[in-house]
This record gives sequence, structure tokens and C-alpha cells, in this order.
Amino acid sequence: MKIFEKIANIDSRIIYLLLLLVVLIPLVFKLVLPINLSDPVKQAYQAIEQLPEGSVVMFSVDYDASSAPEIQPMLLATLRHAFSKKHKVVLLGQWALGLPFGEIGLNEVAPQFNARYGVDYVNLGYRPGYRAQMVGLGREIRDFYATDYKGTPLDQIPLMQGIHNYNDIDLLVGLEAGQAGEEWIQFAGARYGLNIIIGATGVIAPDMFHYMQARQIRGLIGGLQGAAEYETMINHLGTGVAGMVAQSWAHLLLLGFIIAGNVGYFVVRRRKQS
Amino acid sequence: MKKEIPLAITFITGLIIIVTFFIPHQPLGTMQQRLLIWYSIVLGFTMLLGMDSLLRSNLQRIARRSPGWPFALVLIIGFLGTLAAGIYTWATSESLLSLGSSFMYVYTYFIIPLQATMFSLLAFFIASAAYRAFRARTLEATLLLITAAVVMLGRVPIGAEISQWLPDSASWIMEVPQMAAKRGIFIGVALGTIAMSLRVILGLERTYLT
Repeated sequence: MKIFEKIANIDSRIIYLLLLLVVLIPLVFKLVLPINLSDPVKQAYQAIEQLPEGSVVMFSVDYDASSAPEIQPMLLATLRHAFSKKHKVVLLGQWALGLPFGEIGLNEVAPQFNARYGVDYVNLGYRPGYRAQMVGLGREIRDFYATDYKGTPLDQIPLMQGIHNYNDIDLLVGLEAGQAGEEWIQFAGARYGLNIIIGATGVIAPDMFHYMQARQIRGLIGGLQGAAEYETMINHLGTGVAGMVAQSWAHLLLLGFIIAGNVGYFVVRRRKQS
Repeated sequence: MKKEIPLAITFITGLIIIVTFFIPHQPLGTMQQRLLIWYSIVLGFTMLLGMDSLLRSNLQRIARRSPGWPFALVLIIGFLGTLAAGIYTWATSESLLSLGSSFMYVYTYFIIPLQATMFSLLAFFIASAAYRAFRARTLEATLLLITAAVVMLGRVPIGAEISQWLPDSASWIMEVPQMAAKRGIFIGVALGTIAMSLRVILGLERTYLT
């Protein structure tokens, strides 16, 4: 009887400690599990893969530190893929606090592919009022981004000389921790026909499935699992794959606690009734 | 006139934006673009208002020694420190985002760890709450429990190691019942948004003026 009462009322501190251990151990020992590839991520990969060399890919960094463990691996993986295919990268951000992650990502990946700032990639920075921007960029990017993040006028940047609106952008990679992903789809995708793939947190990804099914987005990278799948496809394993092992064990532990809690609860209740 | 002028501005701008969606040609297209730029500028100024409000309320809390005033002090110090780092970086570096600059130091070693810590705590609270609250007391709760278990295992690599049935079932749950429910909710939200927008444009909804 007592053991079941204990199972039904495990101290929170024990749960916290075990959770910490199952997350920490796989990360410290760099354990790896095989990653199952899903169709939405394969389609996102194909959207970048099938673009002709030199295509312009716009990246929108719409997240901050709270979601970075999930989305930053997506940014790094998609950037690697884009640079490896010699695509041109135009990066901007709708979250002021997230934009440094875009700069960190560019500084990490671009040198590995000898990509030059202003020629192969550019960082436009952040401007307030993303809904207005998403509509307005369809007419002229310079109306909202007169300069890049360093203050250089866009017309003085070689890469931007032929890029004026969505007609000059071949694909948008929206990396989303909030509402901005849906707005990209509604304002830039539906209105201007911009090709979009979305990378979203595990919480936001379910909201994107119907856009995927309606073919309003070309691919979906959902949560850390999606990031791990993308890393597997470009054959460059990073924190996405490492994090999925930790997440696997954390989910198993959580299910174990839920099952134990239910067993304890029902045994105690039945005994009390009888 | 205090109400009529804002109502007229709302009506005219709302109408231009809607009409331009269907007729993007001149002069409507240019007018819309101008309005969108104004929106962006106005939103920039709202950030200044936000800063003013944040500083004012926290300075008042410190002056009155309200409960928890040391937290307000930490906020003010953090705000001014970040502002100083930003101004220094702006004056001395190529850009605010220059790696190795004072602003990026504050961002990397204060903002990122603080935000990440706040969010990471959720994992522990969710684990504890799920253990206590997820009880199969009713048929609905049991269905929810089974569905959650399948999705939780099916969306992580270990699920496929246990059985390929788990990721397949998780995908089916996400793509069929989940999406059906979401679509219903989204259609309802969209209809509500259209109705509310029309009420605002036509001046029937005026609470935003107060």
C-alpha cells in the first residue's frame, strides 16, 4: 500500500533531478540515435536543393534565445545547405532580440564556404512593423530597408543591386517561434506567390501542417526533430541530432512518470474504495 | 471632433488597404506603400513609449519602496547598462551586431543565458505537472493520454527504435485529427477577425479610442 502511495506522490525534486540527468548524460557523452526522416523536412530540403545555382534565398530570423536551441540548428543547417549550393543569402529578422543569432549563424557558416559579405550574402537587420513590411517588401525592399545592418545603402551592395522585391527572391526560409510564420505565408506567400519553407519550434509546427497540406509552403522543419533531420540530410551533424537523444530519454522518463503516477493513483483509489 | 477624426482616419486607411489588395495599380499601390511605411515608423515610436512607460513605472516602484523594489532596481541597471553598451558599440564598431563588441558581449553573456534559463525551467515544471495532472480518470482524459504518449514517442528518434508504428501513428495524428481540429479553430478565428476588422473600419467598434 505504502509503495503505491509513494509512487502516486513522488517528490518534485526527484523528478527534476532525474530529468536533469537524462538530459545531461546524452549531451555530455555525445550519444547518437538514428534519425528518421519525415516528408515535410525532405520537402524543405528539396526546395533548397532544386534551386538553380546562384538563386536568392531570404532568411527571416524570427526567434530569440528562448527558442534558439530548437531553431538555431535549423538556421545553421539551412545556411550550410544554401551556401553549399552557391545560393545568395539575404538575411533579415522580425524579432529584434533574435537578429544577433542570424549574425552569429552567418559568421559561423559563411567562412566555411568562402562566402563574401555583400557578394554572396547580406544582413539587412531589423525594422519594426513586420506585417507592413511583409506586404511592402513585395513592391520595394528599399522602402523598408534603405541600408543593411551596418548602414551601407543597399544600392552600394553588389548582391542587392538586382534585388528589389519578391520577384527577385527565389525562396524564403522563415525560422519561426511565433506568429510571424503565418504572416509570411498570408502576406508574402498568398499575395505575392513567394515560395516559402518554414522552420518552427515544436509548439508552432502543428499550426503549419495545414499550410503544408494546402501546398502554401514548400516544406516544414518542425522542432528539434526537424533540425536533426535536416542535419542528417546535409550530412553535417550538429546540436539538433545531439539534442534529440536527450529529448528522447526525457520523453521516455516523462512517460514513465505518467504511467507510474497512474498506477499508483488507481491502486490507492481501488484499495480505499474496497 | 475628438472621436470623429480618428474614426475618419481609421475608415479611410482601412478602406485604402482593402481596396489596394484587389486593385494594386496607381495611385492606390503607392498610397498603400506609403501607409505601410508610416505604420513601420509609428511602430518604432511605440517602442520609445514602451521604454518610457517601463522606466517610469520601475522608477516609481523604487522611489516608493514598493514590495519587490530591488527587482525594479536590477531592471533599471540592466536597462541602462545595455543602453550604454549599445551606444558605445554604435560609436566605436561597424555595427551593433559586430561580434566581440560590448553590445554583443551583453547579449551573449547576459541576455541569452537569462532567456534560455527562463525557458528551460519550463521543462522541469511541465515534467512535474504532467506527472501529477495526467491521470486517466475519464474516457476523454484516457484518449488524450494515449494520444500524447504516441506523439511524444513518435516524434523522437527512440520511438522508431521501439517500433516504426510509433512515428507513423504520430504523423497520422498530426496530419489528420490534429489538423481537422486546428482548421476548425482557424476558420473560426479568421471569421471573427474579419468581423472585428469590419466593425473597427466602419466605426462600430470604438473601444480602441478610449
